[in-house]
Amino acid sequence: MSHKVIVVGGGIAGMQTALSLAERGIQPLLLEKSERIGGKLTGWHQLFPSFTPASEVLGDLSARLKDSGAEVRTNSEVRKIDKQGVELTDGTSLEADAVVVCSGFDLFNARLKEEYGYGIYPNVYTSADLEAMFNENRVLTAEGKKPQRIALLHCVGSRDEKVGQRHCSRVCCITGVKQAIELKKLYPTADIYNFYMDIRMFGPGYEEMYRQAQQEYGIHFVRGRISEASETIDHRVQIKAEDTLVGRPLKMTVDMLILLIGMKPGESNRRFAENSAIKLAPSNFVQPHDSFLHNVCSEAPNIFYAGTVTAPKNVGESLNEAITAADRVAQYLSARQ
Amino acid sequence: MRNSWTEYQKEIADDNYFYVRSCIRQNFFPGSEAAFLNIMRNDLNRDVKEEAIHTSCTGIGYHSDIVPLDTIMTVVARQFALMTEAGYENFISSCITSFGIYNEAMEMWSEFPETEERAREHLYKATGREFKKPKSIAHTSDIIFHHREEIARKAQHKLINVETGRPLRVVEHIGCHYAKIFPKTGFGGSEFPYVLAGMIESWGGDVIDYPERRHCCGFGFRNYLVQANRGYSVANSQKKFESMAPYKPDFIVANCPGCAMFLDKWQYTIAEMEGTVYGQDGQGIPVLTYEEMAGLVLGYDPWQLGMQMHQVNVEPLLDKMGIRYDPTAKYLGKNGKYIGQPADALVNNSSHIQL
Repeated sequence: MSHKVIVVGGGIAGMQTALSLAERGIQPLLLEKSERIGGKLTGWHQLFPSFTPASEVLGDLSARLKDSGAEVRTNSEVRKIDKQGVELTDGTSLEADAVVVCSGFDLFNARLKEEYGYGIYPNVYTSADLEAMFNENRVLTAEGKKPQRIALLHCVGSRDEKVGQRHCSRVCCITGVKQAIELKKLYPTADIYNFYMDIRMFGPGYEEMYRQAQQEYGIHFVRGRISEASETIDHRVQIKAEDTLVGRPLKMTVDMLILLIGMKPGESNRRFAENSAIKLAPSNFVQPHDSFLHNVCSEAPNIFYAGTVTAPKNVGESLNEAITAADRVAQYLSARQ
Repeated sequence: MRNSWTEYQKEIADDNYFYVRSCIRQNFFPGSEAAFLNIMRNDLNRDVKEEAIHTSCTGIGYHSDIVPLDTIMTVVARQFALMTEAGYENFISSCITSFGIYNEAMEMWSEFPETEERAREHLYKATGREFKKPKSIAHTSDIIFHHREEIARKAQHKLINVETGRPLRVVEHIGCHYAKIFPKTGFGGSEFPYVLAGMIESWGGDVIDYPERRHCCGFGFRNYLVQANRGYSVANSQKKFESMAPYKPDFIVANCPGCAMFLDKWQYTIAEMEGTVYGQDGQGIPVLTYEEMAGLVLGYDPWQLGMQMHQVNVEPLLDKMGIRYDPTAKYLGKNGKYIGQPADALVNNSSHIQL
């Protein structure tokens, strides 16, 4: 049987696309490479700026997707996208009238920033690790102690030419603010420091949350990137930075160092771009036809995009784009009939 | 062993090396370069060619803004010409500053080929010489690292405390110009260099990772060469000593001429200035070159290795390793002639042997 539309990727953008297509009477086939759908959000605790549990958003989306009757296939990784449909890594070809690519992003591998010692020093964590710790309700140091001083470092794998990541991942700034507040709620007497080079509060309510973090929660913001992290004899983390507002170098020891890792273009993007209709931007995110009127369109009339496959986005933006992509698919299919 | 320390690797030639010396090591650690040649030629049966007419790389002058870029590239070109004339292609340098200079010239010639053409022209006009670029450039610590397992097989002593049976705790200090300029040129890269750590582990010791491990020793050229800045130099070393002392290191090993010197000598200075010593039993922490460390492991006599020239006495370390030595021979020179001995110093707890 030939499915009408294939949605590549079962993260929130793919789920919403499939749901919106089903709501428009189009039978989607959602393909997810891993064992379950939900994407990166399955590992997240609460969402900025409202502290809405990620499980709430995912739960609602999953239930509605199930009710819609959309077909979901997990453990199905797409190798190639062509005019006729897609080819899976196991060699299966699936035909489709249209394909929506929602393959998302990869998390930056913090080990590449060797100077921070991730994977070497046990008390250096990533923002994704911290979300998992929040979910397990166990935010403790590697030695099982309650942290009393925590540093969050922004822009790890973002705006960093040295690791080939020139783009801004956008959501890490507000994630740092959100995680700092969550930590402060958990440990009210702890000192929480955010080390940043710019604070980019682009979304509604973000700037207010940034102020709230400082005024209500007493979270410290230091403008300066950490140059290196080392382990102390008691397994804490010594960090060095320059406070560029004061113009002085700074050295402190923290119980935990959290690296706010950026969004990396999906590994599959290059593979998909073997199809000449799928272009890559210099950042290696997928390049939409244009940034305004066709930002969910490829160079082919039947291949569409939604979510972070084209650029770093927050949850709301990804969901909105998924609805737009479904709309464009519906227009395309109806124009063909 | 931390796997990440081994991630950066580079090809090292196994034999047939063209060797260039350091300007300053023969004064401060006079036995080390001789020990390297002895180990390579006699213990490992490798061919090392040395050319008496090679010169300073002029790196110290270059980093002090005295020697211009074109001049130093011409000097580098001449060293390579000597290697070419001798029929060698694996260039090895005893000095970390020089190692950085040779790599910098190669990188510059690769990125800006016109600079290579200029260096060739200057060299030819000045000396009539021509050169081939080396097939490989390595620091001599890379060479010892490359042969570390063979040395381990021939070891007379391990980096183990013979009384307790425990591994000695070793601080490894890597010269800044080994990998901080070009991380790809160093084993382990710039953050977790493995070149000395690998030797320590192969020979039975434990590597100490302390918070200021990556910090510069304080040489910093201008920090030391400009007399008014020397306080910065001492302060940098002091920062490292304060950071490593709680780990109770048995000794420090360095792969840079300046680092070994300053980590040794500034311990004396700090002890005299402030009365602080950082080692155990009220003594300083012995500072070794990697050739001295390899030499001790292979059973060389410490005074043959030139270890009597250290500011911080090495006897406590020799005792821990179970190395026999003749205390009365410490200040006897090559021909058995008394070379004089330094005055009592706080850093040695005033306990060195009186002749």
